Amino acid sequence: MDRLAGAGVSPGVGYGPVRRLVKRAPVPARGARHGGDAEAERARAEAALERVAADLEERGARAGGVAHEILSAQAMMARDPDLAASVRELIDGGLSAARAVYDSFAVFREALARAGGYLAERAADLDDVRDRAILLLDALGPEPGPVAWPDGGVPYVLVARDLAPADAAVLPPGEVVAFVIEEGGPTSHTAILARAMGVPAVVACRGVTRVPDGTHLLVDGATGEVRVAPPAREVATARKRAARRAARRSLAQGPGRTADGRAVALLANIGTPRDVEAAVGCGAEGVGLYRTEFLFLDRRAEPGAAEQRDAYRPVLEAFPEGRVVVRTLDAGADKPLAFLPSPGEEPNPALGRRGLRLYESYPGILEHQLAALAEAAAGLPARLQVMAPMVATPDGAAWFVQACRKAGLAEAGAMIEVPSAALRARDLAPVVDFFSIGTNDLAQYTFAADRQLGALHAIQNPWQPALLDLVALVAEAAARAGRECGVCGEAAADPALACVLAGLGVTSLSMTPAALPDVRAALAAHTFERCRAAAEAARAAVTAADARAAARALLPALGDV
Amino acid sequence: MGTLAERKVTIESEIGLHARPAATFVQTAAKAPIEVTVAKRGGEPVNAKSILSVLALDVRQGDTIVIRAEGEGAEELLDRLAAIAAAP
Repeated sequence: MDRLAGAGVSPGVGYGPVRRLVKRAPVPARGARHGGDAEAERARAEAALERVAADLEERGARAGGVAHEILSAQAMMARDPDLAASVRELIDGGLSAARAVYDSFAVFREALARAGGYLAERAADLDDVRDRAILLLDALGPEPGPVAWPDGGVPYVLVARDLAPADAAVLPPGEVVAFVIEEGGPTSHTAILARAMGVPAVVACRGVTRVPDGTHLLVDGATGEVRVAPPAREVATARKRAARRAARRSLAQGPGRTADGRAVALLANIGTPRDVEAAVGCGAEGVGLYRTEFLFLDRRAEPGAAEQRDAYRPVLEAFPEGRVVVRTLDAGADKPLAFLPSPGEEPNPALGRRGLRLYESYPGILEHQLAALAEAAAGLPARLQVMAPMVATPDGAAWFVQACRKAGLAEAGAMIEVPSAALRARDLAPVVDFFSIGTNDLAQYTFAADRQLGALHAIQNPWQPALLDLVALVAEAAARAGRECGVCGEAAADPALACVLAGLGVTSLSMTPAALPDVRAALAAHTFERCRAAAEAARAAVTAADARAAARALLPALGDV
Repeated sequence: MGTLAERKVTIESEIGLHARPAATFVQTAAKAPIEVTVAKRGGEPVNAKSILSVLALDVRQGDTIVIRAEGEGAEELLDRLAAIAAAP
C-alpha cells in the first residue's frame, strides 16, 4: 500500500509524518489497583483532570468563537466536583487513578446516553475529556510531573477517521501540513475549514487510518493523491510543482479575468464580519456570499436592528468599489431558531420548511433583516445585493423581490439551489435582478444525495455532467435576460472547474478566500474560448471523472497553477 | 445556619437546562460558598455545582425544577439561579 486515493478538497502539497488523532485512550484494566498510596494516587488523578481542563480552556481561548464555547463546557466537565468526589472514593477503595477516572465518567456517560438526542451527543464530549485524562495519567507515571501533549513538535499530517470542526479549529497555524480524513465529503465542515485555514486536505480516503503513526505521507490536496513513504525525489518533485504553482499565483493580481480579458468577478464567501480581512488579503473584489446565520443561531431573542446593522456595515465599508451579496437568513429544522416556536420534527429537514419557506410563516424576521440591510448600506458606495435561499418557483422569488423593494433595496436576487429553479430559470430571470448558483445544495437536490454523507460524495461530485447542464441552463437564461449569474458553492474554488464555469457563462465566482489566488491564476492562464471549449468537452462526457479529464486536457496551463 | 430557601422554576427555554443555560447556571452556583441542590419536581436533588449531574437530570422545556440552598446569601443566590433557569 504505497498509494491511497481520496477526494482533494483543499489545494496544495503537504509532506510530513502521520499523526493519527487519538479518539480513544486504552481502557484501563477492570479493577486495576494502585500501589497502596491512595493519597499520592488521588493527587495524580486531580492533577491530570486539572491539566486537561486548563488545556481545553487554553485551546478554546486560542480558537475563539464557537469552538471556545464547546471547549469551555468540556473544561467544566473535567473540573466537575461530583466527578472528583467519585474518583476520590474509588481510589480510596484501591482502584488505580486511570480506572477510577474511567469508572466515574461511565456513570455520567450512561445517564447522558440514556437521555438521547442532544445529551447523547454530549457523551462524545465526555469521552474526549476522559480519554485525555487517561492518556495523561498513563504518561504521568507515579508522580505528577511535566508531560508534553501528544500533539506538540514537528509539523505533521493529521490523519483521522473523522475530524470535528472543533478539533480542527484549535490547531495552531503551521502545526499541521495536511489533513487526510478517512470519511467526510467535499462539502463537509472539515473540508470548508481546511480551505479557510489554507491547509491541503484530502477526504474520503479509505484505509488511511491504518497507516502507522510516524510514516511519512505526501499529500496532494488538489488531486486527492496520497503517497505513503515516497522516495525523496518524488517529494522534491511535488514540492517543486507546489513552488511553481505558488510563483504563478503571485504573478496573477487584480480583478478576475481570462487571458483575453473577459471579466469574471472573484468574490469571497464569508460567515462573519471577521472574515473580511482574509477576503481583502486574498484580493477578493467583493463578497459573493455573506451567510447571516451567525446573527440568529443560538440566540434567545431576534437580533436587534442596531446589532444587525453593525454586522453588515463593516463588510460594505471594506469594499467601497465592489459588491456585497448578502444571503438572508437560511434557517430550518436542522438549524432551529431558539426565539421561534419549535418547528417540530421534520423527517427531512433539507426538504422542509427552511430558507424562503420559513419567511412565509415569520415575515417579520425578513422585514427586519431587510430594513437593517438598507440602513447599513445607506450612504456607502458599495453595491449591496440581497438574495433569498431555497427559491423553488417564480412566485416565491417575486414575493421576496417585492419585500426587498419595500425596504428600499435596489438589487434582489435568487439563490439557485433547487432543481426546479434551475430548470425554469428562464421564468425566474425576468422576476429577479440576479442569480447565484449554490452548487453544494444544487448537487444535493439534483442527485438526491445528502451532502453530509461521505459515502455519497462520488455521486454529488460537482463535475457531474448533470450538474454542469443545470449551470449552463441557468447561465444562458441569465444572459438572455441581461442578468448576472454567479456561482457561490465550493465548486468555484476548484481552479479547473472555475474555468469550466466561466466557459458556461457564469459571470462571478465566490469561494473561500484562500482559494482565490489559484482560481485567479487559472483564469488568467486561459482564454475565454478555451474555457468554453473545456466546458463543452466536460458536458459531452458521461461521468464526472471523464468530464474532469476532458476539461483538464483542454486547460493545459493548469499543471502550473 | 440560615433557613432553608427554595425556588420552583418552570423551564421556558427551548433547549431546556442544557448547553449555555446549564453552564451559566452551574458556574453561578459554583461561585457560592454554600451548598445548592437542584431537582426535577418529585425527583432526587443533585449538586447544582456539578455540570455532569445537572446535565444528567435531563431538564427539558416545560419541566419544573426545585432549587434549594441553605446558609448566608441563600435567598440572593436562589434569585439569581431562578432567573437563569427561567430565561426563555
